[in-house]
Amino acid sequence: MIRSAVIVFPGSNCDRDVKVALEAITGFPARMVWHGESEIPACDLIVLPGGFSYGDYLRCGAMAAHSPIMRDVVAKAKAGTPLLGICNGFQILLETGLLPGALMRNASLRFICRDAFLRCETKDTFFTRCNRVGEVLRMPVAHHDGNYFADEDTLDRLEEDGRVVFRYCDADGAVTEAANPNGSQRNIAGITDSTGRILGLMPHPERLFEPQLGGTDGRRIFESAVVSIAEAMVG
Amino acid sequence: MNDATESTVPFEVTDELIAEHGLKPDEYTRLLEIMGRQPSLTELGIFSVMWSEHCSYKSSRFWLKTLPTSGACVIQGPGENAGIVDLGEGWAAVFKMESHNHPSYIEPYQGAATGVGGIMRDVFTMGARPVANLNALRFGDPSHPKTRHLVSGVVSGIGGYGNCVGVPTVGGEVNFDAGYNNNILVNAMCVGLARTDKIFYSAAKGVGLPVVYVGSKTGRDGIHGATMASAEFDDKSDEKRPTVQVGDPFTEKLLIEACLELMASDAIIAIQDMGAAGLTSSTAEMADKGGVGIELNLDQVPQRETGMTAYEMMLSESQERMLMILRPGSEAAAEAVFRKWDLDFAVIGRTTDTGRMIVTHKGKVEADIPVATLANSAPLYERPWVPHEPAKVILPQWVPPPDAGILPCLKTLMGTPALASRRWVWEQYDHMVMGDTVQRPGGDAAVVRVHGTQKGIAACCDVTPRYVAADPEMGGKQAVVETWRNLTAVGADPLAVTDNLNFGNPERPEIMGQIVGAIKGIGEACRTLDYPVVSGNVSLYNETNGVGIPPTPAIGGVGLIPDVQKMASVDLKREGELLVLIGEEKGWLGQSLYQQHAAGKLEGAPPPVDLAAELKAGRLVRALIRERVCDTVHDCSDGGLLVAVAEMALAGDMGAELFVYEGKLPGHSVWFGEDQGRYVVSVAPAAAEEVLGRARLLELPARIVGRTGGASLTLAVEASLPLSELRMAHDSWLPNYMAGV
Repeated sequence: MIRSAVIVFPGSNCDRDVKVALEAITGFPARMVWHGESEIPACDLIVLPGGFSYGDYLRCGAMAAHSPIMRDVVAKAKAGTPLLGICNGFQILLETGLLPGALMRNASLRFICRDAFLRCETKDTFFTRCNRVGEVLRMPVAHHDGNYFADEDTLDRLEEDGRVVFRYCDADGAVTEAANPNGSQRNIAGITDSTGRILGLMPHPERLFEPQLGGTDGRRIFESAVVSIAEAMVG
Repeated sequence: MNDATESTVPFEVTDELIAEHGLKPDEYTRLLEIMGRQPSLTELGIFSVMWSEHCSYKSSRFWLKTLPTSGACVIQGPGENAGIVDLGEGWAAVFKMESHNHPSYIEPYQGAATGVGGIMRDVFTMGARPVANLNALRFGDPSHPKTRHLVSGVVSGIGGYGNCVGVPTVGGEVNFDAGYNNNILVNAMCVGLARTDKIFYSAAKGVGLPVVYVGSKTGRDGIHGATMASAEFDDKSDEKRPTVQVGDPFTEKLLIEACLELMASDAIIAIQDMGAAGLTSSTAEMADKGGVGIELNLDQVPQRETGMTAYEMMLSESQERMLMILRPGSEAAAEAVFRKWDLDFAVIGRTTDTGRMIVTHKGKVEADIPVATLANSAPLYERPWVPHEPAKVILPQWVPPPDAGILPCLKTLMGTPALASRRWVWEQYDHMVMGDTVQRPGGDAAVVRVHGTQKGIAACCDVTPRYVAADPEMGGKQAVVETWRNLTAVGADPLAVTDNLNFGNPERPEIMGQIVGAIKGIGEACRTLDYPVVSGNVSLYNETNGVGIPPTPAIGGVGLIPDVQKMASVDLKREGELLVLIGEEKGWLGQSLYQQHAAGKLEGAPPPVDLAAELKAGRLVRALIRERVCDTVHDCSDGGLLVAVAEMALAGDMGAELFVYEGKLPGHSVWFGEDQGRYVVSVAPAAAEEVLGRARLLELPARIVGRTGGASLTLAVEASLPLSELRMAHDSWLPNYMAGV
């Protein structure tokens, strides 16, 4: 049994999408947890879904980071429960300080919704162990504020520690400016914490997890999580 | 009953005041007869919005009644917040299209955003979760100084609202024409999904029931929006900015979740959104449909500003508000749901058996009006109209061939504002959220799955205003069949339409002639295709300084795909397939884009629509898709056959060799003629004969026009046109234009 929990904030709108993907891929029901709760029932994976928590008012993710449930999210993550933040969920992870940096308005200043190509930079994380390093994945982005920013020292440290998980690239895997949809520094699309158990990424893996939606590259992130969880159970 | 007049500050009803309320002198006389006394200011305001064109359809109702509105699939036709069609197995599609033209011209971001918000409320108020948004946008000529600003504002407003609420914006259309320079059109459509046993209506049936206000607080925004939407523009229109409402998509998202959560219980007897004319029209319509009276205590209305008068509260068009009639005793449980979602909840009145709408504020009666009269006494005009002068038929040989050759002409056409890629627009809309979009924007129709099933809802919107301008009746018919073909092309059974009729001033007989003609054409097409009109909206007085917009009856079509695994899309998929054109070719160049852009002038009659032939071609194409003979289909519309093939090639990133035409028509008229009733299908070579044979049996012309493969379009003796070059022309116009390049 794989127990996953999806946190629902007022304004979350990819909560159902990620639930559907989780249930299809893990084979077990995912639990929806309202932001006003104080505790998440014991689980193997926590997901902060995409959307516009609190309408993106103040700053994307800023108010959700202070929702009652976040105390337990942070506590559980620090205690080792894997945590995945997608899009607005990534923004929330940055606001809580679990991951470094900030997501600024897209360089184009426009909302952008389209498929992007991602190059997988490391398989040493909870969520990418089924990928190959250098593998190119197609995954949709849909955001207004996905322009990853951190100071140079932080970026260098992330690179040195192998914590840059995904970079925007072209279909052939070349990391170019033209392939960068939002102006992110060093084409960064996703980063992890030092343990590889907390992943924040702007693209939406749940939007391409079955052929009818146009592709299955997004599946791999959840499949890696399933393998990681299963291994932990056995091990 | 004289309380009303006694309670209000004495005021004089001057001719000017009546005119400011958009009432004609004879309409005011009618009001006096109904009331039997001078109205209070609040009452005057209430009548003015209820009798506005926007709310009363006073100029169009006579003709709207001629439209077919029933059919085997129809659960709810016009008259409710939205139309409803049956999708089988307990599912229903709830949909409607509505204009937000005037606000969007004055304040494009908020105007468009609140248009999207309003149409979604019309849908979820009936118990449906919105699952797809579409929009039909018309802007002025690209060279007009305001156009870029308006495109930018409207597109970001639509995206800003829909993206935040989390409903995918999956389709629509964008046109540019100098006729919209000073009066753009923003028509928003929403499709929702409901269970057939959980549909909610607006009739407040029952006496002594609590009237409950939920959602956002009431402010002074949008006062007289409905009246503004029913007036012509002049040079001072920019001064009307304060009447444009401001949207809050976050609150809308909460309101959707709260309403759907409460709808799962049995607390709600009736529900309606507060749209145009806000509290006034929602209370009047709900009470009238329920055959009851209604008492409102405005002191209980949640207010955003201090010192609001009864007049202001009754006419405010503040967004994201709903009115509900609850089952007595369920108030507390209902309130808990709305409090959980941080929304206002207030019992503001009761239904009564008096048949009157009585509005009190600070202990004074501010309005006391018989409900049925208010709701049903709006003037009905059978306005004089003149039939449109028939346009002459242009023969293909009268229109000269392109100087530079067919393929260079194609490249030019594909880079015009009329045909250039709309990617810049729809990439600003989240078109994938909700995880059921199985055909994204850019094809003939968008398709979203019925969540958790293999059924697909196909939706599109279309109209070709230049055809309607040349021949309103034929143009109206064509708008309907184009949606029908677009639904067919993805493999859907077309079910029903919503219409958004945008015209100029109906008090001018030639404009009224356009309205009458278009409605006749729409009616005939819908009747013949068994494709009824289940909802709609009329937007008149789209004029600036006496010049009307091109007549624009936008049609939104909805269809059902029983199994999305048997679906077609426009992109070429496999090399070596044969392209078969189904449908009759006449080389019709009158009113074609070729005529406009290559021959330099637009004239003559638009292509005729043969409804019997449409039915046959549509049935054949759907059968081919269902039997999996083909999964690549595109209808021929703007720009004709060659543009259709080019769009298929670009979408699939695969070229095609086009065969030389050996018939009697001039070659350019075959490639660029806009004959109706045609589809291009791509099939395996072995299946091509079967397709031709089946067409022959139906007495439908069909021929093989090319073969897929390569990275270019090639045409006999002409130099080939590399797709990369075509793509550059097609993709670059809009981004370059918006960047000011």
